[in-house]
Amino acid sequence: MNELKDLYQEVIFDHNRNPRHFGKLAHASCHAEGFNPLCGDKVSVYLKFNDQGVIEDVSFDGSGCAISVATASLMTETLAGKTREEAEAMFERFHSMMLGEEAGSDAAALGKLEVLSGVREFPSRIKCATLAWHTLLAALKEEKDRGAISTE
Amino acid sequence: MNGNTQRINIGRDAFDVEAIRADFPALRQTVHGRALVFLDNAASAQKPFRVIDTVRQYYTDDYANVHRGLHYLSERASDAFEAARGKVRGFINAREDCEIVFVRGTTEAINLVAASFGQSHLKAGDEILITEMEHHSNIVPWQLLGERLGTVLKVAPVNDAGELLMDEFERLLGPRTRLVAVTHVSNALGTINPIERIIALAHAHGARVLIDGAQSVPHTAVDVQALDCDFYAFSGHKLYGPTGIGVLYGKRELLEAMPPYQGGGEMIREVSFTRTTYAELPHKFEAGTPHIVGAIGLGAAIDYLQEIGLEAIARHEDELLAYATARLQDIPGLRMVGTAARKAGIASFLLDGVHTHDVGTILDRHGVAVRAGHHCAMPLMTRFGVSGTTRASFALYNTRAEIDTLAGAIRHAQELFGR
Repeated sequence: MNELKDLYQEVIFDHNRNPRHFGKLAHASCHAEGFNPLCGDKVSVYLKFNDQGVIEDVSFDGSGCAISVATASLMTETLAGKTREEAEAMFERFHSMMLGEEAGSDAAALGKLEVLSGVREFPSRIKCATLAWHTLLAALKEEKDRGAISTE
Repeated sequence: MNGNTQRINIGRDAFDVEAIRADFPALRQTVHGRALVFLDNAASAQKPFRVIDTVRQYYTDDYANVHRGLHYLSERASDAFEAARGKVRGFINAREDCEIVFVRGTTEAINLVAASFGQSHLKAGDEILITEMEHHSNIVPWQLLGERLGTVLKVAPVNDAGELLMDEFERLLGPRTRLVAVTHVSNALGTINPIERIIALAHAHGARVLIDGAQSVPHTAVDVQALDCDFYAFSGHKLYGPTGIGVLYGKRELLEAMPPYQGGGEMIREVSFTRTTYAELPHKFEAGTPHIVGAIGLGAAIDYLQEIGLEAIARHEDELLAYATARLQDIPGLRMVGTAARKAGIASFLLDGVHTHDVGTILDRHGVAVRAGHHCAMPLMTRFGVSGTTRASFALYNTRAEIDTLAGAIRHAQELFGR
């Protein structure tokens, strides 16, 4: 039963009950929709970049379990002020944590997201925690492609 | 409530659930340090020693390919395989063995009908009538057929209790309805459909009827002659038999008028490069080496169930469902989804403020295995305005004490989530 407490930490309940940055973002630079057909969880991620290529604002909406909602909420808290490359690096760090790979000095960089490490002990729930991140990656790709088109 | 209590008292002595539990080795294990409480039987049921030992014995002593070898082992395997067909025939009271086609499962049985009956009996504009409570396996094959042939899919709706609206069903039965494909028991809600009436109405309109029996055969005796259905499909693995084996029953005259589903060995009479003639029923529909041991294992499962008695099993499961429904409805913040007057073996529910997947994970840590999600019935979930439910489904080996464990685990999930 202790693993349940590791999985459902108070921070997760808090973000599940009161998700941060929830809702559509007006004037988003890019957005993407994520869907897990196995469980029906849905999440959309909205990003607004400034002229310097820095994420100025971020939001998400959708529906899902406590793990997926809390992950999306925690994710949005870490993205403001990051460049596209930095956000991609965050994805890689989070992904490594979910796979149980040694995060090393990167662990500190995950900050609050570290509370999600308990998900590793629940293999059937890892997809719940990665859905928002894969959706972020899709949104970042849209931003990258858009940038590529506009510069050519 | 009085009606339920009365039913609970009947047959309690006649049915020795502890003896039955001893027949199922998987039930002896612990999960996360807790005794396993297996309530995911609608997805697949555990296997009794009778099935496990039969499968082991056939692979050990009697194994060979069927129907072609002139040698001793092939004859033994062929006899056992065909004897299994006979057991299935008796189990659903079909008229002849040749009306029993072995397939991979309910899904393949429905796809067989869609492909073969579709090709020979349906054309553009013909209507296929299903219900809102169908499993994806009784929706998608008809959509694929519609893309190929231009047939039209009609859907009869359900009410808030999860019961088929028979008035709407009758209204949708029209001159162009050629096939009615309906589940006997809803896998997501447990609703028992009035298939006798559905079959009579469909036949009065000149339509053929396929019954998806995947969820019904483990819970109730089925008599395809009394029902007069044209097709009846079910899976072995939900019936305490092996995976990968299932049954399509079809009326002989219909199966004879249908073209083969797949081509290959076993299903031919004579092959040349200009023309091939096909084998007699049921082999016409059984191309390739069949799941020989699967069929024999299914036969063993049927023997086992018939020895216990299908009526005694149905009574036990009805008692469990009545008890579970009463226990669950006592939990504040729990809402049952699917409250039909006639139900079998399934309790689907939602908890206020706790997502079904979180419920599933927490129950699992209590050793309780349930299904959380859309149960391959997304349109039905949409009808009820939910993305999924938590589903507890009961088998002959479940007990009231296990339902108490389920109820306790649900309360723990609510406590964890501060509800």
